[in-house]
Amino acid sequence: MILNSKIPEGPLEQKWDNYKKKARLVNPANRKKLDVIVVGTGLAGSSIAASLGEMGYNVKSFCFQDSPRRAHSVAAQGGVNAAKNYKNDGDSVYRMFVDTLKGGDFRAREANVYRMAECSLNLIDQSVAQGVPFGREYGGYLNNRSFGGVQVSRTFYARGQTGQQLLLGAYQALMRQVGKGTVQLYSRHEMLDLVMIDGKARGIIVRNLDTGEIERHAAHAVVLATGGYGKIYYLSTLAMGCNGSAIWRAHKKGALMASPSWIQVHPTSLPQSGDYQSKLTLMSESLRNDGRIWVPSKADETRPPNEIPEEERDYYLERRYPAFGNLAPRDISSRAAKERIDAGFGIGPLKNAVYLDFSKAIREQGKEKIQEKYGNLFDMYLKITGYNAYNEPMMISPSAHFSMGGLWVDYELMTTIPGLFALGEANFADHGANRLGANSLLQASVDGYFIAPYTIANYLADEIHTGKISPESPEFETAENNVKQQIQGFMNIKGTKTVDYFHKTLGKLLYDYCGLARNEEGLKYAIGEIRKLKQEFYRDVRVSGQGDKMNSELEKAGRVADYFEIGELMCYDALTRNESCGAHFREEFQTPDGEALRNDAEYQFISAWAWAGENKEPELIKEPLIFEEIQPTVRSYK
Amino acid sequence: MDLHLKIWRQKDKQSEGKLVSYDLRELNPHMSFLEMLDTLNEKLITEGDEPVEFDHDCREGICGQCGMMINGIAHGPLKNTTTCQLHLRSFRDGETVLIEPFRSEAFPVKKDLKVDRSAFDRIISSGGFVSVNTGQAPDATAIAVTHQTAEEAFDSAACIGCGACVATCKNGSAALFTSAKITHMVLLPQGKEERNKRVLDMVTQMDKELFGHCSNTEACEVECPQGISVLNIARMNYEYSRALFFRQKAK
Repeated sequence: MILNSKIPEGPLEQKWDNYKKKARLVNPANRKKLDVIVVGTGLAGSSIAASLGEMGYNVKSFCFQDSPRRAHSVAAQGGVNAAKNYKNDGDSVYRMFVDTLKGGDFRAREANVYRMAECSLNLIDQSVAQGVPFGREYGGYLNNRSFGGVQVSRTFYARGQTGQQLLLGAYQALMRQVGKGTVQLYSRHEMLDLVMIDGKARGIIVRNLDTGEIERHAAHAVVLATGGYGKIYYLSTLAMGCNGSAIWRAHKKGALMASPSWIQVHPTSLPQSGDYQSKLTLMSESLRNDGRIWVPSKADETRPPNEIPEEERDYYLERRYPAFGNLAPRDISSRAAKERIDAGFGIGPLKNAVYLDFSKAIREQGKEKIQEKYGNLFDMYLKITGYNAYNEPMMISPSAHFSMGGLWVDYELMTTIPGLFALGEANFADHGANRLGANSLLQASVDGYFIAPYTIANYLADEIHTGKISPESPEFETAENNVKQQIQGFMNIKGTKTVDYFHKTLGKLLYDYCGLARNEEGLKYAIGEIRKLKQEFYRDVRVSGQGDKMNSELEKAGRVADYFEIGELMCYDALTRNESCGAHFREEFQTPDGEALRNDAEYQFISAWAWAGENKEPELIKEPLIFEEIQPTVRSYK
Repeated sequence: MDLHLKIWRQKDKQSEGKLVSYDLRELNPHMSFLEMLDTLNEKLITEGDEPVEFDHDCREGICGQCGMMINGIAHGPLKNTTTCQLHLRSFRDGETVLIEPFRSEAFPVKKDLKVDRSAFDRIISSGGFVSVNTGQAPDATAIAVTHQTAEEAFDSAACIGCGACVATCKNGSAALFTSAKITHMVLLPQGKEERNKRVLDMVTQMDKELFGHCSNTEACEVECPQGISVLNIARMNYEYSRALFFRQKAK
């Protein structure tokens, strides 16, 4: 298979305009003849469902939560980037494009990244018009702050709850369409399979999580905006329900998965405190604007932090990366923390954390100013840990966070299955091997508000004569039967171990062998262990309750079953990339001072994987990355 | 630490529910309340029983999906805290803890501790938005909002829609939830154009959903995890009267 990324012609800054000029349109009278399914109601899902609804298409919107407003975009804290240059500090679309491409370690598609930077300008306008209460200066203008990996202030924020406010804006736009009847809402529904007719995506099979009923929904196009699969590690910053099942089921139907091993580990999450723990809580990266990261300069330090004098503290980020210091990108900050922890300088009861210290900022700016900027984060820290971070430094630790990998999409955000689109974190595009802070909200939003409305219409222009898609076709019948069979299969095992046991065991394997650092031997070992664990799961898992009723255990079982296969693919992907780039750090490929050693001559491509069948090696298809505008350079934040 | 739990078990919407006792021993006080329920469920599944169904997702206090009555208090004893952010250190060793679903006519129980809060979505759908389509927004700087106004609007916009305000209200009123959105929107210039229609539509929808009326006990503010102020309700009442006045005048 040869991948066609469909990058439009012309110079970089004109590509998107050129695309839009030529994209086909659907007459308003014809739009009501066309049905579109959108799975997921986060920033990408809500915004595309609302946009298509506004345009007059018939939209069905699905989410597994009890309300679209719960989607995990709600939890993003720090901010959203836009090259508005309101601070007059030299920002521009071009500079944002360069920063983002560099931040992704030159493993993203140039044209996509440029388009994201370009559309960032409109996103702020759109959100402000919706009533998102972004931080403002006293004169009434929008305020900005800086985020890791960049030297300008381009991040717009709503206290530490930017994701919440952006999501509520998109959710309200979606609910407005629900009220108008252009969007039908199906909350508490989970997609379990993709239905294809004549090679095109034509619908989905879902389970009504409240009643256990299996339903068929047909459409002319299917949009997956289902977020990432970082919860595969079990302990992560993600919501409990985040999963990779929708994209994985689509992958098994022929959509390629790209860069699955590029999972970002976030440097500022709270450390694990015990085995019972279900997740790790993220503290916003914005804290690094004012917080200084350090560990004691003596190993096995037992004194409380406030008793350790300044000269016995190692501000290792400021020491190693003087140009960026505490704002070094996430992969670099995470690895630097792991390096100190592994070397025996970790702090906290389990010696698995580093300090994030606000004493200098409080001394210089006053407690009130810090409270205004990060008050909710300090409150959250107190609730979770019982410690007051105004009086002593926070304890933070790296944790699995964002999946840069996902379904392979072309410039139109369409997967290798015609009519199947993937938006936001569910696709692989834009972030390369490492995501800069405050870009995930941006990508999800611009995909949904500004890009997919054009590209989906371009696809649907061919569909106006297709007529209604019938959910009674044999393809729907087969897909429904397969789903029912899988559910019955889980119920019949009646083993002895819980679903969570398998999820936790898989997660630990991935942390140890396909986490912050990987090597060939470990990855091969992990593949073997994952296969064994999967066999054990199908032999010994216990799913209580009934298959045709509300059943959270059954929901989890399906997701974990998919995680085994995603985990295996992550290891394959990591194994075949003999270089270190961004979030992917292969221990065999590093510079003498421990920095990532990229290999552009051999690995300047996107790894897209085709499903070859269970326990079979997946097939690797390469999309070469061509850089016309800037030439890859070695990332240095020193 | 040890806890004695009394949990509301209800098979489905139609069935009658009852309190069932469970004992948990040697719990870590640093465990969150939901992790304690996970631990109970692991035990129940292993012993061949059905786990307790409860709503939860982000476990960071922001999605609003979790929520239950703990010893008669929505989200438990800590002020301004969601259930997921409540930790066992807030309980005494050996304490009996009563766990029930949020109760309100507008929030029917689905199973065990899960309730149907879709009425909130329908209230938002009736008018809780600015009517702006995608791609037609003016430059963001064209709409100046003072720092104080943005912060005040944010205070209201921060509502997470968990439903604690309804659950704790003796009338099952959704006044705090609805008024928070009305206030958020009316404080900002973008939301002012539709202020009259919005408040009338949202209040009408709130009544249709069988939420009770506000009788100013202010319990909602006390148990709101986001500390949303009852002053929002005062503003909603003002906006409602104002909208009625202008509607009559228009006639």
